[in-house]
Amino acid sequence: MITIENVSQSYDAEVVVDRVSASIGPGLTSIIGPNGAGKSTLLGLIARLQPLQSGRVTVGGLDVTTTASKQLARTLAILRQENQVSLRLRVRELVTFGRFPHTGGHPTAHDRELVEAALERLDLASLADRYLDQLSGGQRQRAFIAMVLAQDTDYVLLDEPLNNLDMKHSVAMMQLMRTLVDEDGKTVVVVMHDINFASSYSDSLLALKRGALVAHGGPEEIMDTEVLESVYDMRIPIHEVDGKRLGLYFGSPQAARQA
Amino acid sequence: MSSTVAAPAAASPAAAGSARPGRGALALGLGAAAVVLLALVSLFVGVADIDPARLLAGDPAAWELVWISRLPRTLAAVLAGAAVAVAGLIMQQLSRNKFVDPGMVGTTESATLGILVVTVLVPAAPMLAKMGVATLFALAGTALFLALINRLPTRDTLLVPLVGIMLGGVVAAATTFFAYRFDLLQTLNAWMIGDLSGILRGRYELLWIVAAACVLGYVAADRFTVAGLGEDFTTNLGMNYKATVRLGMFIVAVISAVSVTTVGALPFLGLVVPNLVSLLVGDHLRRAVPLTVLIGSGLVLACDILGRLIRQPYEVPIGMIMSVVGAAIFLVLLGARRRGRTTARTSPPARATAGGEHA
Repeated sequence: MITIENVSQSYDAEVVVDRVSASIGPGLTSIIGPNGAGKSTLLGLIARLQPLQSGRVTVGGLDVTTTASKQLARTLAILRQENQVSLRLRVRELVTFGRFPHTGGHPTAHDRELVEAALERLDLASLADRYLDQLSGGQRQRAFIAMVLAQDTDYVLLDEPLNNLDMKHSVAMMQLMRTLVDEDGKTVVVVMHDINFASSYSDSLLALKRGALVAHGGPEEIMDTEVLESVYDMRIPIHEVDGKRLGLYFGSPQAARQA
Repeated sequence: MSSTVAAPAAASPAAAGSARPGRGALALGLGAAAVVLLALVSLFVGVADIDPARLLAGDPAAWELVWISRLPRTLAAVLAGAAVAVAGLIMQQLSRNKFVDPGMVGTTESATLGILVVTVLVPAAPMLAKMGVATLFALAGTALFLALINRLPTRDTLLVPLVGIMLGGVVAAATTFFAYRFDLLQTLNAWMIGDLSGILRGRYELLWIVAAACVLGYVAADRFTVAGLGEDFTTNLGMNYKATVRLGMFIVAVISAVSVTTVGALPFLGLVVPNLVSLLVGDHLRRAVPLTVLIGSGLVLACDILGRLIRQPYEVPIGMIMSVVGAAIFLVLLGARRRGRTTARTSPPARATAGGEHA
């Protein structure tokens, strides 16, 4: 369980996160909201990447402000959205660093097994000896996720994990998130842009707007035209297809002509 | 589960450049052999003729020459070469830029300013104290550089070294002005252009400090590698990013200050060697540091031998040789880097599908 109590954050007098309180988990939770809603900032605060200005966050009972960073690294793993890595590091070397919080740079046979398992899980076995700068954006994204998996934490936080992935890999990634929850019992929190991906795979959705929490609930609750309008300031008709509630947010060319 | 995440490009054979770990071991072995060979040659090259036969015969004059001049000079070349290259490697990791060299972005320039200041203010200070002051100046210069590039709007590959070169230029200008006012331009030259000809017994021993700094760099190699992945990665893995950067800055500053005060500046060394090593074994410092040590010392030994042979019986300072050789290697490396990248890439990186969000 992740608990967020009255967390606020501002930069240069601009409020980025505004008195957010929520309990997240267990299961797969998607943070949604328009650009600039504070989604990435909130995720970063949960993962102690920035110091909290006010409020309190606990992950699995550990206060992220007071708990030693190394202990937190064995409890939660985070992957940010922008990963401009220019290092010539092999994929396997990168993934092995996921074991660092557990081993401090001396991986055991057990660690190596976990690394190979993570590589296998993201289908990177054949790319394991490649350098990161030889990979496509999507392959690199998968390598970073493999590192996070190798870290083997109860809590996994991913900022837009579908970034750079094509449709096939996006679906595979969401299914991987599901197995992490359903089979490994992990709590997964992802920042998502595509509400349909989010609602199809998540147990709950947390909607932010201008830093404030505007809605938090299951997909059936959030996938509602009124609720989504309060989040995105646009009308999104909801259609039920094969038992799934899909938001058709594309608008129409006719509407553009009328406007 | 693995079947669901199928990579379309996964089937392509390992591309050129994705070296197997075995290549690293081979490079290490060859490098070590080359350094030993060059060191032996360095012992027997010089104005006074000595050869192995005279040494074996126990000629006292020959042995004295080795102990007083040739061995110190050879050791100085090995130590300074290794350390300056390692300092470049660590600096590139901290600034996350392959075109950064402590000798160009303000570190060495600041160390020179420091030694000049202490020479003027406390001329009688012992060498170790002078080096201490130079180290403090080098630390300040490095910290200033890293603070500057953290404030840049983008981490552009070219902007980062450019800002460093400007900073180095400003510090160097201040140093020259200062030296001019105090009539120390000649002394300044000794530090600005590396020269090994003055190295005798008793004049190089402080260089062992940089050997210790290199060992420290190797011990913390994993940390520096993670720091090279960025602050968020480092924090995620439970490490203290700022502490790692401070340790790296300290190592870089000590190496720059000690080497510049004992042998003078060795241009391009900290730039060229890490880039060469990166091409050979990648940027994992656990692997890169040992090879950097070998190639750094080998290159300086070779350049120093060349400087002694090129217009015998006179010498060309190592600093000048390094400038020419280093620049040439750098140009070749630039070409190699480009080729490696275009042939190896399976597909261009798809940039930002979803809108980047900064909040």
